[in-house]
Amino acid sequence: MASIASIAQVCKSKNAGPFFFTIDVVFEKKEMFERVRATNVLKAELFADLYKVDLADVQFTIYPAALAFKATVPRRIPAGEIGDSDVYGAQQHAPLLTVDIPINDLD
Amino acid sequence: MTEVRLLSTTAILGYGFPEDSLKRGLARKPHLMGADAGSVDPGPYYLGSGKSFASPRAIKRDLQLMLRASAETGVPVAISTAGGAGGTPHLEATAELAREIAREDKLDFKMALIGSEQDKAFLARKAAEGKTRALAGLPALGGETIERATRIVGLMGPEPYIEALDAGAQVIIGGRSTDPAPWAAAVIRAGLGQAEAWYAGKMLECGAEPALPKKEDCLFVTVTEGGVECEPTNPIRRCTPMSVANFALHENSSPVRHVEPGGVLDTTDCVFEAVSDRAVRISGMRWEPSDRLTIKLEGVELVGYRAVAICATRDPVLIATIDPYLVRVREIVAEKTSAFGIGAADYELVIRVYGRDGVMGALEPYKGPLGHELCFVIEAICPTQEQASAVIAIARTTMLHSDFPGRLCKEGNMAIPFSPSDLEAGAMYRFSVFHTVEVDTPTEMFPIRYEKV
Repeated sequence: MASIASIAQVCKSKNAGPFFFTIDVVFEKKEMFERVRATNVLKAELFADLYKVDLADVQFTIYPAALAFKATVPRRIPAGEIGDSDVYGAQQHAPLLTVDIPINDLD
Repeated sequence: MTEVRLLSTTAILGYGFPEDSLKRGLARKPHLMGADAGSVDPGPYYLGSGKSFASPRAIKRDLQLMLRASAETGVPVAISTAGGAGGTPHLEATAELAREIAREDKLDFKMALIGSEQDKAFLARKAAEGKTRALAGLPALGGETIERATRIVGLMGPEPYIEALDAGAQVIIGGRSTDPAPWAAAVIRAGLGQAEAWYAGKMLECGAEPALPKKEDCLFVTVTEGGVECEPTNPIRRCTPMSVANFALHENSSPVRHVEPGGVLDTTDCVFEAVSDRAVRISGMRWEPSDRLTIKLEGVELVGYRAVAICATRDPVLIATIDPYLVRVREIVAEKTSAFGIGAADYELVIRVYGRDGVMGALEPYKGPLGHELCFVIEAICPTQEQASAVIAIARTTMLHSDFPGRLCKEGNMAIPFSPSDLEAGAMYRFSVFHTVEVDTPTEMFPIRYEKV
């Protein structure tokens, strides 16, 4: 097992407009990207679960050109609305960091 | 072969760039230089209040270097989403800075001001005709929502910029614009394709952001038929195929489908080739025109007024019992505020607990033990500032002095970092309009005013 934090080059979140978070996981090497992709852990269902939204509301894209996985999910509270805690959406990536990918990162 | 050269100076006008990077960019004789000045990311306050999230001092510094360079070289300047949100006060504030710079530096130029703030009667008519559509799951645009809005702007595409360039404007200050608009304008105007034009705009909207290492700086883009070439002007930065591909992830819901006013830019089949160790050529972008012309709207409405207090505890007994304590605090605040005439319906009290779930709220997955201190950001929102300040004063003192089981720190539960302890945060807004409107022409919502500066 290897956590996303231990194998990804980038793991980040940001608003995609005031009503959505977009979360990106990017790998440095194509080989690692392909191994992660083959495990099928990074998929829409995972993001629906972590961000507590309906599966149908997750826009999930695998983007090989950037060795990236991208998910866009609706915000429970729009940016700047009463109770919002992250106007830019820049710190909503943390739940991804501890997601385990079933590969041996020492391979 | 037609070639269009474009110089983007920085990520946001007012975020800064090295003066030398501008000089290096100008040496390559761009057809247009510019900077995006806005973003919706800083939240609804800026559109509502008419203020900018970058300081006037910082905006003036960047704009002054660009206007001086324009006077020396004749290269026109385009500033899009002026003043951060592109409303009329934002546009006017940026225009006033341009006039001030012209006076100080003895410059003269033809300036175009492109308005994007929308007339409520026009929008109400469009809504009644069924020509508006909600985005992001919002309710349909009704007359009441339009009426309640403090300010609504439309996001212009390239066409108003094309018109201003055709009219010979040397300095264009645009209201709310889709980020690629001014850049796409220069490319389309030169007769190159929509796909290359929008892709170039996507690359340029954030300065040197597609380059490494990351810092606000200038990006130079050369567009020819079928391709776009990106290179940062600062020799310490470089674009790589991966850094450019990665930039497609930035603030987009999809890295490959980009919805724009007149169509969709599809980058699924883009090819990224290094042309040097610092420059990348991208080809294979496609443009799918849509059958209807739609303009996106952004609008905000006033929620109320906010007051804030910050305090923190270092007491382990309180930390161990923090949830029931905060319930008790809310009860006492309700009792005391109702005694001076502010009922439960008149205020919202938000208590953010940093050290527990202040950043993620209900989405926080961590359920382990808490640390040795907790910080509270307490916020009251009321119909008036006076009410909000009254509620926050009671909430702050209640947080400080309320009793709890096993309490040892009987003189006070909170460290309060400032005097005054309570901060008046002023008006608070929410995004209330996030819709599209169908129009007949891409310029009808964006009047241009020309001025001899």
